[in-house]
Amino acid sequence: MTRLMKHRLFWPLFALVALIVINTVARPQFIKVTVRDGELYGALIDILRNSAPLMLVALGMTLVIATRGIDLSVGAVMAVSGAVTLTIIDGSSSPGSTGTVLIAILAGIGVSLVLGLWNGFLVAVLDIQPIIATLVLMLAGRGVALLITDGFITTVNSEPLNFVATGYLFALPFAMFIWLAAVAAIAVIERRTALGVLTEAVGINPEASRLAGVRSRGIILGAYVASGTLAGIAGIIYSSNIRAADANAAGDLIELYAILAVVLGGTSLMGGKFSIAGTVVGVLIIQTLDSTILFLGVSSAQSPVFFAIVVVIVVLIQSPRVHQWGRTLTSGIRRSEAPEVRSDAEVTA
Amino acid sequence: MSTHLHADTEPLVEMRGITIQFPGVLALDHVDFTLRAGEVHSIMGENGAGKSTLIKALTGVYSVDSGTICVAGEERVFGSTADAQAAGISTVYQEVNLCPNLSVGENVMLGHEPRSLRGIDWRATHREAARYLSDLGVHLDTHTLLSSHSIAVQQLVAISRAMVLDSRVLILDEPTSSLDRDEVEQLFSVVRDLRAKGVAIIFISHFLEQVYDISDRITVLRNGQLVGEYLAQDLPRSDLVTKMIGKVLEELDDIATSAERTIDRTAAPLLRASGIGKRGVLSPADIDVYDGEVVGIAGLLGSGRTELVRLIYGADRPDVGQFELRGEPAKLASPRHSIDRRIAFSSENRREEGIIADLTVGENIVLGIQARRGWLRKMRSAEHDAVVAEYIAALGVRPADPNRLAGTLSGGNQQKVLLARWLATAPELIILDEPTRGIDVGAKADIQRKVAELSSQGLSVIFISSELEEVLRLAQRVVVMRDRRQIGVLDSNDVDVDGLIDYMANQGDDPMTGQDDGQADAPAGAQSEGSVA
Amino acid sequence: MSTTTTAAAAPRARAAAYTRTFLDRHSSMMPTFAALIIFVALLIGAEVHFGNFLTPLNMSALLLNYAYLLILAVGMTFVIVTGGIDLSVGSVMAFTGISCAKLLGEGYSAAVVIPVILLGGAAIGLLIGVLVQYFDVQPFIASLAGLFLARGLAFVVSLSSIRVENESVLWLQTTRWRLGDWYITPTGILALSVAAIGAFVMQYTRFGRTVYAVGGNEQSARLMGLNVARTKVLVYVISGVCGGLAGLVLTAYSGAGYPRNGIGTELDVIAAVVIGGTLLTGGTGYVLGSVIGVLVFGTINTIIAYQGAEQSWTRIIIGLMLLMFIVVQRVIVVRSERRR
Repeated sequence: MTRLMKHRLFWPLFALVALIVINTVARPQFIKVTVRDGELYGALIDILRNSAPLMLVALGMTLVIATRGIDLSVGAVMAVSGAVTLTIIDGSSSPGSTGTVLIAILAGIGVSLVLGLWNGFLVAVLDIQPIIATLVLMLAGRGVALLITDGFITTVNSEPLNFVATGYLFALPFAMFIWLAAVAAIAVIERRTALGVLTEAVGINPEASRLAGVRSRGIILGAYVASGTLAGIAGIIYSSNIRAADANAAGDLIELYAILAVVLGGTSLMGGKFSIAGTVVGVLIIQTLDSTILFLGVSSAQSPVFFAIVVVIVVLIQSPRVHQWGRTLTSGIRRSEAPEVRSDAEVTA
Repeated sequence: MSTHLHADTEPLVEMRGITIQFPGVLALDHVDFTLRAGEVHSIMGENGAGKSTLIKALTGVYSVDSGTICVAGEERVFGSTADAQAAGISTVYQEVNLCPNLSVGENVMLGHEPRSLRGIDWRATHREAARYLSDLGVHLDTHTLLSSHSIAVQQLVAISRAMVLDSRVLILDEPTSSLDRDEVEQLFSVVRDLRAKGVAIIFISHFLEQVYDISDRITVLRNGQLVGEYLAQDLPRSDLVTKMIGKVLEELDDIATSAERTIDRTAAPLLRASGIGKRGVLSPADIDVYDGEVVGIAGLLGSGRTELVRLIYGADRPDVGQFELRGEPAKLASPRHSIDRRIAFSSENRREEGIIADLTVGENIVLGIQARRGWLRKMRSAEHDAVVAEYIAALGVRPADPNRLAGTLSGGNQQKVLLARWLATAPELIILDEPTRGIDVGAKADIQRKVAELSSQGLSVIFISSELEEVLRLAQRVVVMRDRRQIGVLDSNDVDVDGLIDYMANQGDDPMTGQDDGQADAPAGAQSEGSVA
Repeated sequence: MSTTTTAAAAPRARAAAYTRTFLDRHSSMMPTFAALIIFVALLIGAEVHFGNFLTPLNMSALLLNYAYLLILAVGMTFVIVTGGIDLSVGSVMAFTGISCAKLLGEGYSAAVVIPVILLGGAAIGLLIGVLVQYFDVQPFIASLAGLFLARGLAFVVSLSSIRVENESVLWLQTTRWRLGDWYITPTGILALSVAAIGAFVMQYTRFGRTVYAVGGNEQSARLMGLNVARTKVLVYVISGVCGGLAGLVLTAYSGAGYPRNGIGTELDVIAAVVIGGTLLTGGTGYVLGSVIGVLVFGTINTIIAYQGAEQSWTRIIIGLMLLMFIVVQRVIVVRSERRR
């Protein structure tokens, strides 16, 4: 049992299950899934569907945070990719054709990839602090999106585009498959190759990694490219959902929710060890919490208060000082277990 | 140079029976230290001897587990540096702990600026600062930014600040390590002035010449224990070095030595570095290593031994010098270059530059191979497990659990993991900087045995250690370093430990003119180049 | 020939020496000077282009429209100079603004309401400061929690905008003290006073100098015996109070409290502060520089409005300027590292 509790996913999963249980007790229809026209509906299905944009952004953020970085520009990138995609569809002669939509989507993703590359260049090559480097795009990105849409909210009615966010495949929301595919792809790339462990090495100890011959520059650049690209896909899903490119509202505050999801999933903001599964659970917690707050009759606008409390609790749990308090409390019990460290205390001094 | 010791005066600082325990390590074990007004007192010792722990106890950074500290006859307990400063104890650190973004005058006066009703009186602040600086013979525009001045000037600014705080005790922690000769002279004349004014000065430096130049008294520490307190004029250099290093024999005697092995030096050397140096870091030095040879580097901490190997590996970039690999000119500008040419480097700073603490033992071991292969070609897990198991067994890593986090291992086992990482990459030359420091005797013997074994199989090794026994037992040739320059190359069969200590302490001693060319100072007989044993 | 050159060279050499001394002494002010030059160039450029830009009315309006931004920028300067960042300012402004409107609407007098909302801002600042200093939370994350909290609380106070009818609060905005065509409102005076007090505190008090010392090298500041902990908490409290004041000013300006006010304002503030010459890495910056940064920001906005161009250009131009300043700062840092 204690080994189970020590598993890094234990607490995130516990929180998620607890939320679902509380919701179910409060309103039994919460876990009810109904079948209509061979498609599944229900609160849980909604959560899985609505998670898509945040899930994609949080995945990219996980990789960036693992390298000791942060990407503030994800919301702005979402706005740009949505704007690019919808403007192309809007301007084409056949907005309803699948080919047009595919080209538009690829264009949107391509632009996002370039934006990610730009962030990576500033951080990995010019060595600018990640917060500052990505702040530039965070500021300018929405301006660019507004320019692309001429300052209007571009609305588009295109069947293939709508399908992205609201369509169904095998009785389940198509958007869910998108994020499942992204999770699978990232997991394979990170864990089936050595990229994951090299990324962690760079995040944990950049200098030791350099001396060990790890090409940290490329790894950091890659993380930002991934983050940009995933944010771009998220932007297209968002636009597809509201059937419009809204440069101001798209991805508003999403960088903050994404960071929260990553931290909830047990990845430290100090970089290093990361958990893709943890981030997935973190996103689901946030979506479920959001749905809970709505159910409680709290306006969605007020929900940030709850998230603020969650952020504070999570950072306090991660704080060294709180750990120290915990250790002082338990030190009487297991003094003998003191780790064998600092044999070379002088060295660091 | 008659020292004017006030031996009869009351001690200004008396530390008695100071004991400080870190988890797993007794950093200071009942150490006594006495400091008198108007003396310069050096504290000497190798890494891990407890110098900086003792200083930090005196400046309130660490609290003592037992023992007493009396300042001017009054017992004190320091909870913070501010407490110690209030008691008149100030420290000037090597890295100069001032604020580079503020003006010189402000750094001198920060927190003590004269104020009027209209806030800080800047004119008076700069006037005061200029006065304190000129008391030390420093005349400069106090409005200029601190960062626009050399480290030497910054150190003088830090000393002025100590005077503003009305310090009776001034601790100079490695103040000279980045100063040139003239700057050291300027600093020393300031120190002598202060001594004449009755300030007690603790001086810490790795430069033996400077220690003898300025000190009245020397206290030697070793392994957290007091070796003794001596008058500088009564302590010959070689005695000092012996006291610092001590004799480490005991269980290690039975290890097979590799020093007598014959090295074939007819072919071009595996690596030849000629005249590599870096301004302010290392005077140009030469080193060559043949196949299957162990070249030792002897020198105290700060002698330039680490700097030399970092330049060879490309961890830092040299300003001057050439490399040749098997006779071909080569470029070793970064760790990647070196690794591609099968050169490996294990840093003395295990924790910061070696181990990736939050990765497992297995991941740490294969990191070198993996970095070489690139991220796309991940080792298959069977291969991974085989390599990890092989090296855990070969080096005797304890516990032999590949899934344990490397940071939780003891120092000796972390060192074995690092060695494993590099050996797994099948290097032709491995540079080991203090691989046996701070680890237990068993692990030490394991590592020595491994080095002897591998070199007999043809691996070339550059081996740095503070323990000269170890160097002489493993290496066929020894490069001797002192004060950031190379002072000679010895055949290890021609010297014993005492001879080496004497050489390290006295050879090539030419304090005023000894410029960049270390080789020139070495006596011809000491050159073992070509003297095939 | 040679004599004439030396004769001519002497004063030139002296001038060069003087310039060098000046540069040595004031190199940290260079970015602020650059901002000032940009500001003047913008004004001249706009005047040449439009012909009717540099009018007293326009210039007075600049201060009127951006008084809230100016106040926030002063608080942010304190935080950034210590090497921190405060993302919560826009939300704190919204929260205090809507609270102000709500409390006034319930009949409390301004004399009660104003201290209460300033305390509200201070409390959120205190929370952030304590998280940063005592729990080692990165300023970015701690102030992020503050952002969420204040934004949510703003909506808890009211979901929609609340009109303000309180005379004394509206007076802050409606009063125009005139000098010819120039005018200034009490909010403008308030903003300028905040800037003046901020500049004084930063330059002429030991607390202010400790702020710089912490930003220059926190470890050193501690070893120099300065009270680092108190300083680091206080800068966030100051920023919170400035958020409260900005809430008051914005409420007076728009005659209403609105919980959606100030979304993204934290970015505008950070951009203005950085353009004004404050280094995001801490240790260097001036309150007066931030004032110039805000004026540059406001001028660009005004020019774009004049031009009839997309408002979106503002953000792109500000983003590009930010980039330029960041890259230049980075180059300066790299060069000074190399010199050692």
